[in-house]
Amino acid sequence: MRSLFRFLLRNYFLMMFLILEAISLVLIVSLNDYQRVTFFNSSNNFAGTIYERFSNLDDYFSLGRTNARLAAENASLRKQLQMRIMNQENYPINRPDTVEAPAYIFTSAKVISNSVNKQFNYITINKGSRHGIKPDMGIINADGVVGVITNVSQNYSTGLSLLNKRLLIPAKITTNNYFGSLVWDGEHFNTADLKEIPFHVIVNVGDTVVTSGYSNIFPDGMMIGIIKKFGVVSGTNFYDIKVELSTNFKTLKYVEVVQNTKRAELIKLESNNITE
Amino acid sequence: MIKGFGKYVIMFIVLVLVQVLILNNIQLSGLINPYIYILFILLLPFTIPGYFLLGISFLLGISIDIFSNTPGIHSGATVLLGFLRPGIAQLISSREIIEKGNTPNLTQLGFASFLKYVVISVLIHHLFLFFAETFSFGDFLETLLRWILSSIFSIVIILASQFIIFKN
Repeated sequence: MRSLFRFLLRNYFLMMFLILEAISLVLIVSLNDYQRVTFFNSSNNFAGTIYERFSNLDDYFSLGRTNARLAAENASLRKQLQMRIMNQENYPINRPDTVEAPAYIFTSAKVISNSVNKQFNYITINKGSRHGIKPDMGIINADGVVGVITNVSQNYSTGLSLLNKRLLIPAKITTNNYFGSLVWDGEHFNTADLKEIPFHVIVNVGDTVVTSGYSNIFPDGMMIGIIKKFGVVSGTNFYDIKVELSTNFKTLKYVEVVQNTKRAELIKLESNNITE
Repeated sequence: MIKGFGKYVIMFIVLVLVQVLILNNIQLSGLINPYIYILFILLLPFTIPGYFLLGISFLLGISIDIFSNTPGIHSGATVLLGFLRPGIAQLISSREIIEKGNTPNLTQLGFASFLKYVVISVLIHHLFLFFAETFSFGDFLETLLRWILSSIFSIVIILASQFIIFKN
């Protein structure tokens, strides 16, 4: 033991260099978004596989819950389908145009890394550019909105989770269609703040909050959560609304990536407004 | 511990501010971003204790990192430079000059040695910096070009600043 100390003391310059360099490297890889994705990707044979293997194993234990959720989603989709068929029978003129491509395309993916305990939480999924994922696509699951893709590598993508204070989502209250923006409060993993809803609007606890469709990332009306409580901040004209998120970020497993096929067209069109 | 401690504190602050407020905003064609703050490490006395050299290098790097939002990248590069500095000093100058406790500046070393000293140090520091930034050898040629062009600019600015200071 003493000779170890003596060795360390004699080579303290080298030791200190190695320690400080290791600290820097950890900082580089853990705090810089870009480097994390690249690191993850370049070592995917190692870290990526371990993550995925473990996740696969873990899947078996949650098969029951996943099945129940899928069944519930199936039921709700079937109901929507039925309603649409009924509508078509009643109003045959409303038949959708089959020539036009669908506006939104969904790709399923599995969450392989996710956090809820930081101020800026990120989510990593097992689909990347090879599967057609691009930055600025939305991430949803059966319960509601999950986040937005920001970085894509060949086999993986990472994105801002809804639990990231840098992510702002245009949202509206279904009962009155007033829209504001939803941003995480940074405190608890199932509540977020809905901002910019003016005073004169009537708001009730239990009202549903959905995406407004103005962001051209998410389709109109994707579930976000329900209003848990609301209050008045003195000195402003807006409510302070707390929304209970419908997605459970702690048990997030399967998600879908939403691609708006008309997004480029929309952005091009809207950019004309700015240049004028 | 060091002669003119106050002078070094002021130099530290000035160099960090010049770097983050002025030079970080100069990005010519995206290829050239000069980093001259390492001048602080270069000008520390030869006889400075090793732990102090590494500690202050890390502190300098992390200060730049905090301002430019690149945690770890600059500190990694400055710690590497701090670690290699004694070796570089031995390479470029004689034993007498080092042992006399001189500071490695333009007047003490003379132009040729000082130029060698600056060029080697800047190249090492920038090499780590740019490759840590891109974090892959994918755009190897572009990174190489950024490294060389930025290094040339940094070297020119550092030398020019020394000429201006030591003329007076």
